[in-house]
Amino acid sequence: MESLEGSSGVRRVVLSNQSFRRFKDKLAYGLGVLCVVLAMLPLASILFEVVGKGLPAISLGFLTKTTGNITDPSSGIGNAIEGTLILIGVTSLIAVPIGLLAGIYLAEFGDNKFGRTIRFLNDVLAEFPSIVIGILAFSVVVIAIGHFSAIAGAVALSIIMLPIVTRTTEESIKLVPSSIRDASMALGIRRWRSSLSIVLVTAKDGVITGILLSIARISGETAPLLLTVLGSGFFFSGLDQPIDALPLRIFTDYKNSNYPSPLAQGWGAALVLIMLVLGLNLSVRLLTRGRSSFARARA
Amino acid sequence: MSLSEEARPQQAKTPARRRLDALRTPRRFSADDLFETSSTIFAAIIILIIVVTSVLLIRGSIPVLQSFKTGFFTGTNWISVAGSESYGVLPYVLGTLVTSAIAVAVGVPLSLGIAIFLAEMAPWSLRNALSRVIELLAAVPSIIYGFWGLFVFRFWVRDYLEAPISSYVGAFPVFQGTPFGLDILTAGLILAIMIIPTVSSISKDVMMAVPSSQREAAYSIGATRWEVVRTGVLGYARSGIFGAIILGLGRAVGETMAVTMVIGNASGPAALPTSLFKQGATMASVIANEFSEAEPGSLHLSALIGIGLTLFLSAIVINVFAQLMVWKVLKVRAGSVE
Repeated sequence: MESLEGSSGVRRVVLSNQSFRRFKDKLAYGLGVLCVVLAMLPLASILFEVVGKGLPAISLGFLTKTTGNITDPSSGIGNAIEGTLILIGVTSLIAVPIGLLAGIYLAEFGDNKFGRTIRFLNDVLAEFPSIVIGILAFSVVVIAIGHFSAIAGAVALSIIMLPIVTRTTEESIKLVPSSIRDASMALGIRRWRSSLSIVLVTAKDGVITGILLSIARISGETAPLLLTVLGSGFFFSGLDQPIDALPLRIFTDYKNSNYPSPLAQGWGAALVLIMLVLGLNLSVRLLTRGRSSFARARA
Repeated sequence: MSLSEEARPQQAKTPARRRLDALRTPRRFSADDLFETSSTIFAAIIILIIVVTSVLLIRGSIPVLQSFKTGFFTGTNWISVAGSESYGVLPYVLGTLVTSAIAVAVGVPLSLGIAIFLAEMAPWSLRNALSRVIELLAAVPSIIYGFWGLFVFRFWVRDYLEAPISSYVGAFPVFQGTPFGLDILTAGLILAIMIIPTVSSISKDVMMAVPSSQREAAYSIGATRWEVVRTGVLGYARSGIFGAIILGLGRAVGETMAVTMVIGNASGPAALPTSLFKQGATMASVIANEFSEAEPGSLHLSALIGIGLTLFLSAIVINVFAQLMVWKVLKVRAGSVE
């Protein structure tokens, strides 16, 4: 009797507990949805504002003319676009070969203490505050040349780019099936030749993905450029001279945003920059469905 | 496995083996050696960069450290007028700490919610698409966060967050001041948004690396989905998630442009973060604002490089710690699951 009563009490507790547990499960799901929505809100707002306020500024003249006087409404961001493209080019010339070889080293010969140290330091370097890298490039290049210059900016950006290229190259090479390597070895191909012409070529999709993502990353970097490139109102006039870049132009426009035309120009430049960066990212992501998100999150 | 392979050649160095080696044709310097050496040299560039950075930052900050000694770290004045120069980084260090703390306090719960949802709960058809959208947050350049923060987000914070707080609990010291929108709170919240993709995608990867036997065990004793996450997954992924949070903290500490544009850029004692509604400054924002104005060779430049050194050291400590935590978990996955 007593035990029966007790057991029905237990059953009731279990039942109510079970519905409470179900409720908690639903609650957790709802909170999860809420978190995702909350995180997407800023992204949606950024895209909405940048497109809405940037689009009216865009015109052929805006994209091709140089930045003139603050009060000149017909000024453009042609020099900034040109500068960003030049910086991307020079930076890639410096960082891609080094990153490729460093990545090959880590994948092919890096299974030892030195390799593990490099891999670790590479991950640490990838997370360096970019402004510290700016100070580094300033202390080395700007001091050596004596003034702010495009090449100093490219050096700073290539230090940001290098760890990303290294990491993605290593990961892509490691994804190459060992049968391909074995086959090339069986044909008597030298190791260096097999690494470069067989393994690296097989891994090229991943490598190119890494390079494109790192380009997307550096084209939006501003802080190191403030310390190295400074910005300019004119077209490119030599690698040892200051140059303009889209993020720098946006920052200058922010400083002058009390005037109406720099404000409009800033939104326009932001639209061009975000189209460049998100365009690179989206195309890469569409090309590489199903790859590990680890490298992407770091890039 | 790797241990025994490394040990074998050492055991094999018997006299017989040595004689056999001597019989072989002498090794010439081949293209393969050149390839290995050159790729090693290129990999060593990464070490070189880190060493050069440390040396240059230390060398650059020697003048200011000699002039102010420990006062550089404990002082609150920041006067760059020649003759009465005085440099103390305390307000900026505290500004960085407070903004990063806000970022972690707000960003981490959101990121963990996202990670749990995307790794364990969301419908399979949505998981990839949603992950990709969240990762796009990381792709937006920080200067654009700053521009958006200055012209859009600032007003959200001012009108929907600061104004109500100020009118109800404005008497509390941390909420003192006029809600203006360009202050420490806005900077911290922008940082919170910016660390979400980092923290959520690494936590998600860490959770997905948890062996499915963990989940199956929890399901088999009748756990609901949430209970599976709480008991089977979160405990197992704990150290990796912790690493992801610390990595997010590292991002927040080093972030420059967005903070510079919304924090209001106070200077000296005024930048001490005594209230969330006060204009402030962080280490990175001071460097970004003043670096191009400082004369080469001046004490001002040295002080800015000194801030850089402080920032560099904190970033190194944070990142080394975080990488170790994340590696520990993801290395297990590389061997077992994939």
